[in-house]
Amino acid sequence: MPTSLPTPEQLIDQLARAIAPVIHDSAPGDPPWALVGIHTGGVWVMDGLMRRLGADLPRGVLDIAFYRDDFSRIGLHPQVKPSSIPFEVEGCRILLIDDVLYTGRTIRAAMNLLFDYGRPAAIKLAVLVDRGGRELPLCADFVGANLNLAADEHISLNQNHDGVGLHFAIQQR
Amino acid sequence: MKIQIRGGRVIDPASGLDAVQDIYVAAGHIVGVGAAPADFHANQVIDASGLVVCPGLVDLAVRLREPGLEYMATLESEMHACAVGGITSLACPPDTSPPLDEPGLVEMLKFRAKHMPGPRVYPIGALTRQLKGERLTEMAELNEAGCVAFSQADAPLVDTQVLLRAMEYAKTFELPIWLRPQDPHLAREGVAHDGVVAARLGLPAIPVPAETVALATILLLVRETGARVHLARLSSRAGIEMVRRAKHDGLPITCDVGAHYIHLSEMDTADFNAHCHLVPPLRSQRDRDAIRQGLADGTIDAICSDHAPVDDDAKEKPFQEAEPGATGVELLLPLTLKWAAEAGLPLTRALGYISHRPAGILGIEAGRVAAGQPADLCLFDPDAHWLVSAASLASLGKNSPYLGFEMRGRVQYTLIDGHLDFRREPPRGHHHH
Amino acid sequence: MATNLQLTEDGRLRHLLTLEGLPRRILTQILDTAASFVPVAERDVKKVPLLRGKAIFNIFFENSTRTRTTFEIAAKRLSADIVNLNINASSLSKGETLLDTVANLSAMQADMFIVRHAAAGAAHLIARNVAPHISVINAGDGRCAHPTQGLLDMYTLRHYKGEFHNLRVAIVGDILHSRVARSQIHALTTLGCPEVRVVAPKTLLPRDVESLGVHVHHNMEDGIRDVDAVLMLRLQNERMRGSRLPSAGEFFKHWGLTPAKLKLARPDAIVMHPGPMNRGVEIDSEVADGVQSVILSQVTFGIAVRMAVMSLLAGSGAQA
Repeated sequence: MPTSLPTPEQLIDQLARAIAPVIHDSAPGDPPWALVGIHTGGVWVMDGLMRRLGADLPRGVLDIAFYRDDFSRIGLHPQVKPSSIPFEVEGCRILLIDDVLYTGRTIRAAMNLLFDYGRPAAIKLAVLVDRGGRELPLCADFVGANLNLAADEHISLNQNHDGVGLHFAIQQR
Repeated sequence: MKIQIRGGRVIDPASGLDAVQDIYVAAGHIVGVGAAPADFHANQVIDASGLVVCPGLVDLAVRLREPGLEYMATLESEMHACAVGGITSLACPPDTSPPLDEPGLVEMLKFRAKHMPGPRVYPIGALTRQLKGERLTEMAELNEAGCVAFSQADAPLVDTQVLLRAMEYAKTFELPIWLRPQDPHLAREGVAHDGVVAARLGLPAIPVPAETVALATILLLVRETGARVHLARLSSRAGIEMVRRAKHDGLPITCDVGAHYIHLSEMDTADFNAHCHLVPPLRSQRDRDAIRQGLADGTIDAICSDHAPVDDDAKEKPFQEAEPGATGVELLLPLTLKWAAEAGLPLTRALGYISHRPAGILGIEAGRVAAGQPADLCLFDPDAHWLVSAASLASLGKNSPYLGFEMRGRVQYTLIDGHLDFRREPPRGHHHH
Repeated sequence: MATNLQLTEDGRLRHLLTLEGLPRRILTQILDTAASFVPVAERDVKKVPLLRGKAIFNIFFENSTRTRTTFEIAAKRLSADIVNLNINASSLSKGETLLDTVANLSAMQADMFIVRHAAAGAAHLIARNVAPHISVINAGDGRCAHPTQGLLDMYTLRHYKGEFHNLRVAIVGDILHSRVARSQIHALTTLGCPEVRVVAPKTLLPRDVESLGVHVHHNMEDGIRDVDAVLMLRLQNERMRGSRLPSAGEFFKHWGLTPAKLKLARPDAIVMHPGPMNRGVEIDSEVADGVQSVILSQVTFGIAVRMAVMSLLAGSGAQA
């Protein structure tokens, strides 16, 4: 693991600082903001951001298992969680949050899923790590850290055993 | 044609003979067992070393599917399959299309069978016209045409009065009646034994009382009329117990079971295997055990193949819609041997159930290995293993619960009336010993 | 055997033919997956792209608009293409066998068959004979099995009652002819329900039904006393004409679910029915429409359960 990579908590701090002005700088009449995390790592990041932003924003969770484009290759994920979007997507500004941005396919699936709930006014993307290797023309609006990982390297965000903190794991495939 | 069968293990269940001896055949008859008759010069010598030489098998139920059901099998194919299975005499049920209810049909069948290789054919005449269960057939005339007994096959009689009249009329001519005991009302729409498997799979069921109620009626009417009745295809423990008591009481009855029923039970239908859709249904393991016991104690007189070749289209259906029955003539011997081995019975006893005992029920001179008897012989290798498959079965019916299973005991030669009607070619690339 | 036919070598669902012998983990997986499909129906766009481009054939040898429609809706919500075929007896009597029909449909690049047939084991027969990439769902075969109905009943039970290990359940009515009852019994026993009762006159019970792991009651008052759920069955009209029952009225008097009889069950007991109901024959309208009835929820959950089964089957051909 490159020693230069900060801890997840440090990166979330960084992200929150970048996002806060955008979220808080709404004029009256502007579309409202909502946060949507992608199951599972994106939800952890979202919850970390929530605490730091201190704003009472609507919170949604997406499981993109039903929207993956590799379903016919790998089948259904064994533990699908229900998606939950307890607010009106139509006309809302959405901050979409994931842990790692890689090929871009997850984000595409998540946007397809969001649009099945309604037509948002805007979507901005925040990720903790952009590891490179994009296969779709997508880029994030807020990035905690940029990494240049080889194709056979795999980075994941994991919860500590105590269930409180987070840590990164980088593995050689 | 004079044939010497040399060095085989000769088994004659009727006399209890079990010894390595030579057999001499001339003019269609056995002319010597052990010592050669004077001036015997064989045209052909069959090396029977390592083989069992036993009476040609006598099968009480072989459907040849002629006339009228040639899409299932043909007379030619099934006669050949019988020879492959070591069968030299058979009784065929009247459930052809049309049924064997007229002398002309019977004569034609006998004529056709006589002019092709294969076993001696003894037709069972229809008891009622068209097997409709209402009007009696011309039994005396059919008897003259060659029918040795009369039966409804699996068709019902419309009522008990017809049964009583049929017994009285048959008794008038001392003709035997063969009946498969089944109450048609209790069996209505049923396809499987009324037990745990039918409960699980939801298959329409045939309860044991379908057999015992019919059996009770038959036995009471036999007592009343004195008719000679053969009970075909018993399937239940309760039914066998009733026959045991009736025989003890001296009633003039005999009975048989199908070879598959000695081994299979309702459990074999649990995966909807249509090859196990049989008539009567395969019953519980207790019933199967009772069949084995009934054979061992002599309550049951004979084992038959209940041969019913069925084409693939009629079998490749959901269980209850599939045509019932199993091909059987090539399995009669191995299934009997399997039972003998499992029950620890000597071959001299076990082979009796498929030779002289059924011959006695048919009232024919067959099923014995002794000087003066017709030269109907079966030579089999008791240790040969073979795989039951569509390719290995000679019958056009490939419908067997045993497809893919290995059998032990295989016929090598079948002599009928002194002719070598079947001889197994040695497998390619192997030397025949 | 039946169980192996339903699972892939690595233990995933290959066909859904019967709930008998299906491992608990598979049943639970289907129910869990269904739970994530339930919210899909509450969105504006009631559709996910999971099975886009898949060809699903509803092959109904026995007519049932209701069951066919639920599968159709489920397939459409998964974005699959669904084709409905009602194959009546006449096209089969033209000499084409069941397997001919299946071979023909396979040649049309089908991915999944949903089969309804009047004979037990029909779906098994088809599953044994389809190409390796095709999955088969049994939508009812004779009296044998109706696995998706059994699963949606389990979903409904779990939704209202939680886990199965302390439930007491009564199945009431024509057990003998019911594929629904058989599927319910197999699922309940596999999921660990400690007391499954069947309540019916002797003429509507299979012999040896106890071998399925149920307690038999002929008296309904005894049968539903203190149960957590009453699963009513539909009584087919033809049963009232044969020799199994004297009349609909006498059946209703003894085995019909009335408010008075329901009082014997636990106060929070739920009432279920696979539909369509015969009001006044097996169930009183007051009960069918009452607060304890969850019959309409069953219908809603039925779509999600069928979506779950289809998704798991369509994904099982993939390499893990």
